[in-house]
Amino acid sequence: MTRRIYGVGVALMVLLVALIANLTYVQVLHADAIKNRPDNQRLTLAEYNYERGPILIGPNAVAKSVPTSGQLAYLRQYADGPRNVAITGFYSIIYGRTGLERQANAVLSGTDDRFLKDRLGQLFAGKTPRGGAVVTTINPAAQAAAEREMAGRPGAVVAIDPRTGAILALYSSPTFDPNGLASHDATKVQAYYNKLITDPAQPMLNRPLARTYPPGSTFKLVTAAAALSSGKYTPQSVVPGPAALPLPNSTHVLTNWFHTACGPNGKITLTLALDISCNTAFASIGMALGPDALRQQAENFGWGHSFAVPMVAAASGFAENPDMAQTAQSAIGQFDTTATALQMALVAAGIGNQGIVMNPYLIAEELAPDLSVVGRTQPSQFRRAISAGVAAQMTTMMVTVVDHGTATSMRIPGVEVGAKTGTAEVGPGGKPHAWMVGLAPANNPQVAVAVVIENGGGAAEISGNGLAGPVAHAVIQAVLK
Amino acid sequence: MTSQHPRAIESILLVFAWLVGSGAYVLVDLGVSGKVGQGTRGVLLITAGIVACLEVAMRTLARYADPVLLPAVVVVNLMGVAMIHRLDLASAHSAAATGAALPRADVAAQLLWVVVGFVLFVGVLVIISDHRILQRYTFTAGLLGVVLLLLPLVPGIGRTINGATLWINLGPFSFQPAEATKICLVIFLAGYLVRAGSQLAVVRTKVLGVPLPRMRDLGPILLVWAASLLVLVAQRDLGTSLLLFTIFVVMVYVATGRWNWLVIGAVLMVIASFIGYVGFHHVRVRFDIWLHPFADPSNTGYQLVQSLYGLASGGLFGTGLGQGHPYLVPFANSDFIGAALAEELGLFGFTAILMFYAIIVQRGLRIATVVRDDFGRLMCLGFAFVIAFQTFLVLGGVTRLIPLTGLTTPFLSYGGSSLVVNWMMMALLVRTSNDIRRPAPIIEVSDEALTQVIAR
Repeated sequence: MTRRIYGVGVALMVLLVALIANLTYVQVLHADAIKNRPDNQRLTLAEYNYERGPILIGPNAVAKSVPTSGQLAYLRQYADGPRNVAITGFYSIIYGRTGLERQANAVLSGTDDRFLKDRLGQLFAGKTPRGGAVVTTINPAAQAAAEREMAGRPGAVVAIDPRTGAILALYSSPTFDPNGLASHDATKVQAYYNKLITDPAQPMLNRPLARTYPPGSTFKLVTAAAALSSGKYTPQSVVPGPAALPLPNSTHVLTNWFHTACGPNGKITLTLALDISCNTAFASIGMALGPDALRQQAENFGWGHSFAVPMVAAASGFAENPDMAQTAQSAIGQFDTTATALQMALVAAGIGNQGIVMNPYLIAEELAPDLSVVGRTQPSQFRRAISAGVAAQMTTMMVTVVDHGTATSMRIPGVEVGAKTGTAEVGPGGKPHAWMVGLAPANNPQVAVAVVIENGGGAAEISGNGLAGPVAHAVIQAVLK
Repeated sequence: MTSQHPRAIESILLVFAWLVGSGAYVLVDLGVSGKVGQGTRGVLLITAGIVACLEVAMRTLARYADPVLLPAVVVVNLMGVAMIHRLDLASAHSAAATGAALPRADVAAQLLWVVVGFVLFVGVLVIISDHRILQRYTFTAGLLGVVLLLLPLVPGIGRTINGATLWINLGPFSFQPAEATKICLVIFLAGYLVRAGSQLAVVRTKVLGVPLPRMRDLGPILLVWAASLLVLVAQRDLGTSLLLFTIFVVMVYVATGRWNWLVIGAVLMVIASFIGYVGFHHVRVRFDIWLHPFADPSNTGYQLVQSLYGLASGGLFGTGLGQGHPYLVPFANSDFIGAALAEELGLFGFTAILMFYAIIVQRGLRIATVVRDDFGRLMCLGFAFVIAFQTFLVLGGVTRLIPLTGLTTPFLSYGGSSLVVNWMMMALLVRTSNDIRRPAPIIEVSDEALTQVIAR
């Protein structure tokens, strides 16, 4: 019997060895594959265990991590969350990261390779690692003005420094509070998220970057630029501007928003046509230039390109192989012509920067945890859209639109402002989108702005001036102050 | 020296055991909050008191017994207490964070059960003055074991927790009688096999080359097999079912020396497993989770997947006590306490705990080989095997070596029934060990007499 007891002992020894061998496999050999699965909460907990760096607008940390007494050591807090969420994005245990929280994560989380020295120092000092800071290009006054003037109406605001491409304001409306998603209370986060994604107003859509709209009359800036660049037109060129323009091979007849001819005998100068936003004139010019010239001009302003600011914006679109009737409509920003608010701001910015479109960017500086600067964005040129001469002519024409034309709401005493209104048809039944694109001061532009208000008002061109104009006006004033 | 002063050695080892356990308890506090908790001093005093009383009891009641067994048990038991405390701190932390009411500290209840376990340990040593007395109660033990096993099925006193009907109500407490069945079954089998062992060895016919015992001798094994199946079916308790049946097969094999019993046992187990897999959804689910734990990680596979995450993040050296996230694993202080310890102590630390189990089992088997009567041998073998195999089943389950079966980890898990019963088993091992190591008094006297004669 003793021998058999030894036998049982040996069998149990085999089980022990099997346990340890399996533990070695699970805990060491195969451990990385297991623990790096995305649903392992320990990854999140490790992430929340250190102080994530702040996102700064001006001197203010609009996103910062504050210590908590909970299992997650730090809570992400957003100052003026709804105002800045198009910039910051959110940082959620359940739904991950968006916006700069996502795009600048390496810096904010402190895992960026440039922080190696700081990380080693922290390690030796026995301190928990911490993240670096991101300083944005946003002008806090302009951002606040955008929020205040949009007043919850659906739409988008983008302001850019034409000289550098630095984004001064980026606002999406309606908005939401990223604090509601950054909370550590999973039930509340889920409830808030479900409310947001089921909201027909789509508050989580980052409109200035992600939504493309028909640009309507604001696209006449591109058509005018193409016309001037072709060498066949000057601002004083007389172009046809009848009350009604029958489109070739189509039953459709293009009319003006004021339902009369643009000038005596159905003729008008290019400058005046832009002033009063004469549809028939720009449709005629578009047909005369042809779709390829229009597309080329649009692409030189950025159409078809996805700008990374670093959030990647949607590419704006221009019709593929349009016939003459479709070209006429494309030239006035209808048919298949689409643009983001960012793209329309870039048109104004290119005109304001002597014809050169700068790449738009949101991050001015990246700071290491010890606040030393590890990265500073150098402004870079996207493309020359128009010659400096044409840019000067365009600027003058845009100033005339404010002084004598449809963009009267953009006037600022003592400052020369250039602008263009737009009212974009959205198809049967829907109210048109109201647009305003502007730049100031005209002699040395410091700010280019684009505002769109979705389904804003009546069919008249005045809706751009009356609805979007005051928003653009307030943003420009905030920057220039 | 060793044989003459086992208690002196045990005293030293117990001090070390207490230091290891107390060190772990303090490290938990430091790891979680950076400072020693308010109740920690009290807990350390209580455990020190228990350890001191244990040594006093051993010196008065079993002074010749094995000196290594109990220190190993104390280490494992105190590591369990430390981990339960660690999980208490995590629940208190999360309650504080959400503003919920502060949960009851499980460690207080566990300490109470350690005291109860110790009292019963002493009680067994006092009442059972010689382990052979138990042989008289062979059939009483067998009957008691069956009654205890079936008790949870009696309407009114049975309780179903997490789908398994293993508990009975005892006023404010609930008790898992299947734990006590283990002791009864081992005593019954030891007594029964000593009487019937020779008959079970008789071979009548051969089937496929496997010698079969006579049909009437096969009766008891089929009975226990049926009882195990009943546990599986009626109480949905895979672990206990497997454990009871395996104890039976192994003890019959050791008693008879016939390997055919192992074959018969294995065949019956395969049949039972097949019936379980085909007939019972919960068995099939357990098996599928084992094969594909990540197929449904947030639902059926959740427990095992969380356990594996904990193990994997522990790595070679662990996160350090109080510094991992063992509270993310469901039932971290009972079924999954192994995963919790392995996360914070790492492969090295957890292997060390396995080594303490190995010491407990090795001492048990050693006592079994040295004891002079067959009843004592079979009983000690049975106890050592129960501890070893139950530990293997539950730890193999949480580490995905074998399918998960719900069982407590001996001496580690939170829960009174298991702890108390395991301490009683240790008392019987100690009692047996003391009986065999006691120097024979008759020879002492004759020696003295002889010396005196020569002196004259």
